[in-house]
Amino acid sequence: MQSPSTPLIQLTAITRHFTVGDETVSALRGLDLSIAQGEYIAIMGPSGSGKSTLLNVLGLLDRPDSGHYLLDGRDVTGLDDDALARARREKIGFVFQSFHLVPRLSARENIELPMVLAGIDPAERAERVELLLRDYGLTQRADHRPNQLSGGQCQRVAIARAMAMRPSLILADEPTGNLDRHTGQDVIALLEGLQAAGATLIIVTHDPELGGRAQRQLHMVDGEIVPEAA
Amino acid sequence: MRNADLLQYAARVVRGGVVRTALVLLAMGIGVAAVVLVSALGEGARRYVAEQFGALGTNLVIVLPGRSETAGAGPAIASGETTRDITLDDALALSRSLAVRRLAPLIVGLGAVRAAEGADARVREGPVLGSTSDFLAVRNMTLSQGVFLPDGDPHHAAQVCVIGGTIAAELFGTQPPLGRWLRIGDRRFRVIGVLAKQGTSLGLDTDELVIVPIAAAQALFNTEGLFRVLVEAKQRDQVPQAKADAEAIMQQRHEGERDVTVITQDAVLATFDRILGTLTLAIGGLAAISLAVAGILVMNVMLISVAQRRSEIGLLKALGATAAEIRRIFFSEAVLLALGGAAAGVAVGLLGQQVLVAAFPNIPFASPWWALVAAPLTAVVTAVVFTVMPARRAAKLDPVQALSRR
Ligand SMILES: Nc1ncnc2c1ncn2[C@@H]1O[C@H](COP(=O)(O)OP(=O)(O)OP(=O)(O)O)[C@@H](O)[C@H]1O
Ligand SMILES: [Mg+2]
Repeated sequence: MQSPSTPLIQLTAITRHFTVGDETVSALRGLDLSIAQGEYIAIMGPSGSGKSTLLNVLGLLDRPDSGHYLLDGRDVTGLDDDALARARREKIGFVFQSFHLVPRLSARENIELPMVLAGIDPAERAERVELLLRDYGLTQRADHRPNQLSGGQCQRVAIARAMAMRPSLILADEPTGNLDRHTGQDVIALLEGLQAAGATLIIVTHDPELGGRAQRQLHMVDGEIVPEAA
Repeated sequence: MRNADLLQYAARVVRGGVVRTALVLLAMGIGVAAVVLVSALGEGARRYVAEQFGALGTNLVIVLPGRSETAGAGPAIASGETTRDITLDDALALSRSLAVRRLAPLIVGLGAVRAAEGADARVREGPVLGSTSDFLAVRNMTLSQGVFLPDGDPHHAAQVCVIGGTIAAELFGTQPPLGRWLRIGDRRFRVIGVLAKQGTSLGLDTDELVIVPIAAAQALFNTEGLFRVLVEAKQRDQVPQAKADAEAIMQQRHEGERDVTVITQDAVLATFDRILGTLTLAIGGLAAISLAVAGILVMNVMLISVAQRRSEIGLLKALGATAAEIRRIFFSEAVLLALGGAAAGVAVGLLGQQVLVAAFPNIPFASPWWALVAAPLTAVVTAVVFTVMPARRAAKLDPVQALSRR
């Protein structure tokens, strides 16, 4: 566990359980996990094994019921909602299976949204958005709305949006789940490019081939990380 | 989030949801328009009354028979047995007061008026007023032709009259009315003057008036008692003195009985002001209720909006929006909707006011400035208040739940 530089993510004994009626479902059962800055990780496992729950905890969208989470060396388990929101804004970029673009906003405006929320100066925003549009090959589509874009284009917009605040951690929950194989590979290539540029990339996927491209695979079964695929 | 961005974001939402936006605009608009219009009605009526009394003459004290406890604008209600008349001599005695500049006794009745000569002796039923030469000055009236009732002993019933323009035209057509004779009942009067057009005053259209000497009116209507005595004080600050003197003189002349009512213009105006002010407020309150209804609609629309935009809210949270920012987004939306509705409402209200003015040119309908400020302000405040709950609900959404498509 001891490494010369502090890991980006350090989880100790993280648990998360849900109560449905009288039953308690343990989605995470005492997870220990350390992820270094710049790593490329694939989280795999059967449905219901807790992959999304883990990603949500990592992304500060969800709070663990017990355990400790150090992000960039800072304990984030006790932070209040506003502090968590600020940490998400500055450090974390999300890519979702269903894109989650705002339907009434154009591609450009969707990409701009995190910077708008962060209160960044409009001139600087415009500059950064143009760069992102160019980097993700969306310049021609800048003024199109999500319903005028293909799935692959939507996911590219979503990735550009995730990158707008230049996060150090990118979390992608089945980013290719709604895309065909070919488009999915393009999207993965994009994400890998970001990782190559220095970001930490964590992808949840059901596709063993995609998972195999990561530097490290985390296999989850029933709320626990197991050494090898079951 | 910058304010400009916040507004822009809200504007996109507002422009996006056409139906819900239209709905809220309509509800807000109706409320605001109602306030503007109703206050215009109330204010118009208030000003109308004020103008009517203003036209009555300045520094006026009115003496009427009967003791009215409230000394209000209504008809005098006699307390005790029969009220004693105010006689012509009672009226003339009032000039003993040093505060009185002049006075005009008044008798009003309906008379059948027709031209004395000519084949078509059309009869006009109209108001006939008996008074004295000072009436013209007391009432601030002017003549367009001829002279007014002559000075001299008011007990003497000269056979002359002064008529309004409409009467002159109806009785004599295009021929000059001066010097002509007309009949009221079985009495004949020579027309010596015609009143200039001056609109209505206290419900009497001066164009339709026939004014005869007070003694003639007493004979005509077979009454000794006066309808009213109009007393003009020398100065505005002498109005109370004139009032007190009038009361004292009348009491003295009526064997110590306080059986007349003396009212001043100010008192009458104040009463009307109070009544109409209350009315305006009351109806304004009703309009405010319609705004409250609009507020409840806003709340429902916003709740639906929150429900429909769960995943957007989840996304905003994932992108780092704090609870306060989410709330601000919804409040901005509500304020924008309210402002839009208020603008539409003010426009419709002012338009309605124009229609009223066109339909009733005599009444100065005009929304008071406070209504034009208060109505939009109330709309905005209402919208904000009723958005507190939906905005809170949105801010409290769990981002994981909101993002999942469950
Ligand atoms: N909000 C919730 N309420 C109740 N139970 C939940 C909730 N979220 C997750 N769970 C349960 O926790 C467990 C883990 O869920 P999770 O979504 O993390 O699985 P997953 O590995 O992402 O599955 P999939 O591959 O199907 O996306 C499941 O048994 C699920 O039913
Ligand atoms: Mg999942």
